[in-house]
Amino acid sequence: MRGKKRPWTFYVLATLFVLYVLALYGPMFCIYVLSFQDVRGGLVFPMKGLSTHWFVDLFTQVRTGDVKGAFDRSIRLAAIVTVLTVVVSFLAGLAFRRRFFGDTVVFYLMIGSLVAPGLVLGIGVGLLFNFLGWDPSWYTSALGAQLSWTLPFGVLVMFAVMSRFNRAWEEASRDLGATPLQTIRLVVIPILAPGLIAVALFGFTLSYDEFARTLQTAGSLNTLPVEIWSMTLNVTSPSLYALGTVTTIVSFAAIGVAIGSIVWLQKRRARGATP
Amino acid sequence: MTGQGSIELAGVCKTYDGSFMAVDGVNLKIPDGAYCCFLGPSGCGKTTILRMIAGHEDPTDGEILIGGENVVGLAPVQRRTAMMFQSYALFPHLTVRDNIAFALRVRGQSPAERYRGADAMMEKVRLTELAHRLPAQLSGGQQQRVALARAAITQPRVLLLDEPLSALDEQLRIQMRQELRRMQQDLGITFIHVTHTQLEAIALADLVVVMEKGRIKQSGTARDVYAMPNDRYVAEFIGGQNVLAGRVESVNGVHAHIVSRDMRGIAVPMANHARPGAAVAVAVRRDDVELFRPGADSVPPSMTSISARVQAVEYQGYFVKVMLDLAEGGEFVAYLPERKFFAQPVTVGDVVLAAWNTDYARLLA
Repeated sequence: MRGKKRPWTFYVLATLFVLYVLALYGPMFCIYVLSFQDVRGGLVFPMKGLSTHWFVDLFTQVRTGDVKGAFDRSIRLAAIVTVLTVVVSFLAGLAFRRRFFGDTVVFYLMIGSLVAPGLVLGIGVGLLFNFLGWDPSWYTSALGAQLSWTLPFGVLVMFAVMSRFNRAWEEASRDLGATPLQTIRLVVIPILAPGLIAVALFGFTLSYDEFARTLQTAGSLNTLPVEIWSMTLNVTSPSLYALGTVTTIVSFAAIGVAIGSIVWLQKRRARGATP
Repeated sequence: MTGQGSIELAGVCKTYDGSFMAVDGVNLKIPDGAYCCFLGPSGCGKTTILRMIAGHEDPTDGEILIGGENVVGLAPVQRRTAMMFQSYALFPHLTVRDNIAFALRVRGQSPAERYRGADAMMEKVRLTELAHRLPAQLSGGQQQRVALARAAITQPRVLLLDEPLSALDEQLRIQMRQELRRMQQDLGITFIHVTHTQLEAIALADLVVVMEKGRIKQSGTARDVYAMPNDRYVAEFIGGQNVLAGRVESVNGVHAHIVSRDMRGIAVPMANHARPGAAVAVAVRRDDVELFRPGADSVPPSMTSISARVQAVEYQGYFVKVMLDLAEGGEFVAYLPERKFFAQPVTVGDVVLAAWNTDYARLLA
């Protein structure tokens, strides 16, 4: 290829790709930029000044709503969802390696809850709680509604992870005298660790910005996405954008932690586990 | 450590679905300290037998005795067997040293204790300088040594090897084959080795067991199985034999006279089952065949000959492989010593007499 003229299709496709990337990240980038205006700032360009005024405003002004509380709840909810998703997906991944009675039914039920419209599912969960006379809250009804979304994702990721797991490893472990629990602890979990971290990442990010299922199930105290949505209805300052910037940073931090821990695991292995 | 590794299979059957018999009534005795090879095409049940001896599968019926005691239902550790898996199944997240120390670790030995054991074992199989490598950083041959060491550290009385050389390339395979045999002699324990490669089995084994469709077709020393196959299947599977089909025309106590549609009668040493009219197969070793030119040479009276056309000639180095086309369409091959071939070469299309010492042919069941 070197020295040859590139065909015209290269330029067409390259332009298309650049436009695609702009369309994908442009809007988000605008929000991040506009959140750094000073006190004169508005919701649209042009940018007025440069400061972190709206970030301070976000956490001090009462009229913007209960951002700190919502953020707190979202993080806690995401943490609970992550733990449950990892545990259930791991066990389901182990179970689905062989056929069992009703396995196809369980599988399709799972896919069903993945494709069911989230808003409708959320309303349904809300109605059910109402019917049973229970108060909906973020740690009961919203937790359940979110798990209906994160569990199938987690299990599907686990299927992909398990497909590269060699059963002979388990047999070798048994052959060498390990009990089933020792095999899980010393062989299965360490080998699957990167996959489990990926499942955790999925669980966390899916829960952290889940909106449709949570809207009707969070009860009287909002999670962060629901809070942001309600802010868009009554807040007309760049503090809304500042919130967008902060939540994005948290998401990236979660991804960074996940990737970092996978890299750390691999480094530790490459070094050798023994001193 | 030794003396307990004799194995006896008594009426062992295995079926997964109740109708298809993966292993169908196998009886076999393997003496302590023997190197035994199970040989057969894929799906013949050889790996299933290995896994049943290892305790990774239970027989549907029959008994498995190791050192005289029935081990069906016991865990591998209780049987004192160890298995080397196909492509080794080394734990990818553990170093060589930790892989080898694994069996000691699950027994609750302290790190100092188990590393002492693992280091001694690594010394023995020359892995010390690779102690801190991960399996992915090892060559195929090194991985095999780790797998052997990991299995041997449990001090088994029987080591079970599932296609141990199939993951290696040709040259390494021959080298590692010798290493396996050396290890077996060092450890002095019974080795059971499953393979579909004939050369591997006859080069290594004290006892070769040829299998087909869940049954044992023949078991014996490598020489027995190679030079004296019981039946057509064994002769063709082990190779090195030409198999001719025909019908017994007459018998005279010493020789049976065999004819077929395209073959005028040939004489074959008598066997018990030869009755006039019976359909039989005759085995003639490829290295027993000599070629004569019709008319020019005279075939000695002690030899039997058939006429054939040369179909192809392959130079193999120390011998030349001449493929002959018998009229009935069967393939007939002669392995001629290189010097002998070039003293009187033949080319494709020549009509020749393929002859062999009459007493060297064998009637097959």
